[in-house]
Amino acid sequence: MKAHLTRRYIFSASHRLHCDDLSEEQNREVYGKCNNPHGHGHNYALEVTVSGQVNGKTGMVCGLAELDETVRRGILDRFDHANLNLCAEFKAAVPTTENLSEAIFHILKQNFKAAHLEKVRLEETAMNSFEYCGN
Amino acid sequence: MVYLTRKCEFSASHYYHNPEFTEEENQRAFGKCANLNGHGHNYTLEVTVKGDVDSRTGFVVDLKDLKEILNREVLEALDHRHLNKEVPEFLRQIPTTENLAIAIWNRLQSKLKVAKLHRVRVYEMPNLFVDFYGEA
Repeated sequence: MKAHLTRRYIFSASHRLHCDDLSEEQNREVYGKCNNPHGHGHNYALEVTVSGQVNGKTGMVCGLAELDETVRRGILDRFDHANLNLCAEFKAAVPTTENLSEAIFHILKQNFKAAHLEKVRLEETAMNSFEYCGN
Repeated sequence: MVYLTRKCEFSASHYYHNPEFTEEENQRAFGKCANLNGHGHNYTLEVTVKGDVDSRTGFVVDLKDLKEILNREVLEALDHRHLNKEVPEFLRQIPTTENLAIAIWNRLQSKLKVAKLHRVRVYEMPNLFVDFYGEA
């Protein structure tokens, strides 16, 4: 039997949405308050969904401790209480939550092999959320 | 096709232990959950059914019927129970959230006549849930 397991994590980070290819005025127009030069922050909620056959011996899709450890090392240690604009993943990309969702998906895809990564869902605020399932 | 989701809550105790494992293997696989004295959770169950909207009633399913089925088949069997000791599915199977979602699916599927079962979602805690869509 195939089941989907979702685990939720919280991290906090700051960012500024700014694209060097646009003028100051265009940046203000596109990103609004998010273009504030001093940046701002969010409490992000990350939901990671993995799927797979339920193991007959353990009753589990995968070991939760292994998933937690992968997310801690790959995502929380990297992004929690960080300035996203200074992270390697955003040297050439604007740290929108769309781009952050993709970055998180790719990091987890590379590092978590115990089950199939289905989706990451990222809440920037309680009102905005983004989902990325790979291509 | 319209999807309808009904939410309910139940509280139950359980532990994770495979008698074929050594104590060390049980500890490694299940950690704190392997404590044979058990522990408990407040579970949240979301049952999603799908179907065409009946043109006379405007319903996918009569919610009263769905509530009755949920009460009878799931809540009476699981709420305030020890899953390992009182629920037949778990006398020989570990009551993980994955297996719980599958067991609830199996209890409901044959009882639903009008709408079709689409998804069973079981939250063990607000930060952990399992979805089962009836996939083999």
